Formats: sequence, C-alpha cells, structure tokens
Amino acid sequence: MEESIKTDVVIVGAGPTALFTVFELGLLDIKSHLIDVLPRAGGQCAELYPEKPIYDIPGHPMITGDGLVEKLLAQIEPFHPTFHFEQMVTELEVLGSAQTPAFRVKTETGRTFECKAVIVAAGGGSFQPKKPPIDGIEAYEQKSVFYAVRKMEEFRDRNVVIVGGGDSALDWTLNLQPIAKRLTLVHRRDEFRAAPHSVNAMRELVSAGKMDLRIGQIIGLSGDNGELASAQVKSAKGEVSELAVERLIPFFGLTMKLGPIAQWGLNLNENLIPVDTAQFETNVPGIFAIGDINHYPGKLKLILCGFHEGSLAAQKIYHYVYPEKKLVFQYTTSSTNLQKKLGVA
Amino acid sequence: MTIKITFIDSSGEKRTVEAEEGSTVMETAIRNSVPEITAECGGACACATCHVYVDKAFLSLTGGPSPQEEDMLDFAYATQPNSRLSCQIKVTPELDGLIVTTPPRQG
Repeated sequence: MEESIKTDVVIVGAGPTALFTVFELGLLDIKSHLIDVLPRAGGQCAELYPEKPIYDIPGHPMITGDGLVEKLLAQIEPFHPTFHFEQMVTELEVLGSAQTPAFRVKTETGRTFECKAVIVAAGGGSFQPKKPPIDGIEAYEQKSVFYAVRKMEEFRDRNVVIVGGGDSALDWTLNLQPIAKRLTLVHRRDEFRAAPHSVNAMRELVSAGKMDLRIGQIIGLSGDNGELASAQVKSAKGEVSELAVERLIPFFGLTMKLGPIAQWGLNLNENLIPVDTAQFETNVPGIFAIGDINHYPGKLKLILCGFHEGSLAAQKIYHYVYPEKKLVFQYTTSSTNLQKKLGVA
Repeated sequence: MTIKITFIDSSGEKRTVEAEEGSTVMETAIRNSVPEITAECGGACACATCHVYVDKAFLSLTGGPSPQEEDMLDFAYATQPNSRLSCQIKVTPELDGLIVTTPPRQG
C-alpha cells in the first residue's frame, strides 16, 4: 500500500474554480493537491465546452473553455500543484477538532491524503458514464453490460456489442475486435464523430468481414440472471431485428452525478452544499465548498463568482494551516514577498 | 407579434406558450416549466437532454441539425429523422405555431 500523502489542502475537483484557488492558496504559502475523475484539468470547461467561447471572464472579452484552462494552469505554475486524475474521492473522514481540523481523504484507487482543510470544488458532481435509457439495463450491469473497459479478458471469445460513434466507441471496437468472438458496432447513423483514421480502420474490418456494423438503436435487451443473450436493434426505417450479444458496452457520453459527496456528513440542499458567504465554509469546520456545487443567498453559477469564493476560502484556511501566524493582506502589484513566490521579483 | 410554440409531452398533453424572438425553443420550455426538457448543459449544445421531435410541417422552417448537434444527438434516446436539440432552434417570427413533441426520456 502506498503511503498517505500529507499536504495542507485537498481540493476535490480540478475545474476553473479549483485551479484559481490553487493560486490564492499559493500566495498564502498553502500547498494543495487536486483530485479529479476526469483525465485532465478543466472540469466542465474541458469536458463540456472546450471550444465554446466564454464572454464573461473579467479581462477576456472572449476566451474558449480550453483557452481559459490553459491560462489558469500557466497562472498557477509557480505553485507546482499536484494533480491526481481519473479517480473519484470516495471517503472523507474527520480526524481533528473544530478548532484544529484535520482530514483523511481517500480515492477510489486507494490513494490516501492527510490534510488540514478540504475544498469541495466538484461542480455538478463527478462525471460518470451516461446510461442509455433502455428498459431493464440495470439487471445486466457489471455482468454483461459495462460502461468502461477495465479488463479486456472479460470480452475474450464473447459476442461483443459496442454502441456509439465517438472515440471511445471506435477505439474499443478496434482494441476488442481481435479478441472477441464477434464484434458488432451499433450506431444510430452511418457517420462517426470519432477520429477519421479509426473510422477508416473500422470500415476496413467490416469490408474484410471481420466485424459487423449495424446502423440503428438498441431498444430492448433479453437474457437471464444478468447474462445478456440478445438485443433488439431498430433500424432508421423502423425495422426491429435481433442481435446476439453477451457483452454490451454503451458509450453515451458523460453526465454529472453528486456521488459519494452525499455521504460526507455535509448539509445538502437539493444536491448543493450550503456555505456562509464570508469564508465559504460548510457546516463542517475545515471543509469548504466553492464554485457550482455550493449554495448561498444570491448564488450565481459563474466562473468569476467561483474565483471570488476560492479567494475568501483561502483566507480562512490560512488560519487552520498557520494557527500561530497573523495574516497580513498584500497585493501582487506591490508586495515583493508575493512577487518572489510568483517568481517575478 | 407574439410567437406561440406548442409542446406535446410523451403522454400527449399539449402546452402552448409564448416565445420571445431571438431566444431558443429550449429556453422557452424552461421559462414556462414545460416538462420533459432537462437542458443539463444550459444550452451549450454539450449534452442531449433538450431533445425534441419537430412537427413535420415545420421541418423546412427549422432546418436540420448542424454537424455538432448531430454528434450530440448520438447521446439522445430514441432519435428520429425529425429529432433536434431544442437549444439549437432559434425562435423567429416564421416559427409562430411551431409544434414539438418531447420524448419520454432525456438520455
């Protein structure tokens, strides 16, 4: 088992609010680790609208989601934050007292952190695979229906059906085709948004008779005791046909779910975490909530509001990390001390 | 002039509401608490939870989905040739009387 990571602050989430908060914490000599379920920084900006222009970031008449994330990462570079991607925080245990909070944070991959404050900057929750709304699909999950491929062996010598037209669907089609008994890709139209080279590779396999491509939508599943036997596929013309399937992998994109956050003893108000507006602290001293996931009178789900919330939370966190010290407010324009931290003095 | 849009839900119930020119069909639905439109991403064409079927009489006026919208429709449930994401349909005076039907489930 790897050793527990000791740090000042664990930030749950790596979206824009979390990233800027690293900056505000860094100016106060507070170290942070960020944990996110996605494979990269940026949260919704990176996952939902990387190329969409955003018009309400102060000082940027227009910037894309990706552009903003890139600039935020450059801005926090002097503070060397550590990112832990592709893992969800599952447990949050309170170790300290209200006066001197301490926490143990665990992720689903078993990584453990010990820290003095936790900032929940989880947006709309963690991104999880979207389940296609097919009646009764739950009965087959984890036995025959998988939303991600963790062990390829699970698919060896099976009739595998992959649904979708994006990169995940095409990549796994190409990876699993050699080991599956028969692989069928089901997509609602004969156009794919995946990378052209993988689409071409798939089409070559189809012409060579090594796999099947079915244009249509799965409308029903049948099988016994969680073991899938067949799927009903409806074509664009409305004809329904049966397809033999033992393993089904639907790729329908991601959706946001609150997930384990609901079990951390925090007050919740319709999946949002109520906070005070002076420090953005939750009902548990030492646990803060900023960005889209918090709620207070007048709350606006804007990136710029998240920046403000993180800045104020950092002030309170300073007192938890350095209980003996007095915090003197300084400006980056005039403080040599701050400029040294930023590497510009 | 007032522009009216009729939403028919999956059980067949009709709701006719007034729409503002320049807004979208999705925004009109949310503003009027029309059920069966989730609009998880808030109109960024980044999810597929404002899926509607456009009445065939209006298809030539609304036009079809853009390539980006088609990509998102891949995530929708039970798409049909007249499927659109309502956040991508701008309300114009020509669309007065528009009828859209909502699917029983939004992905």
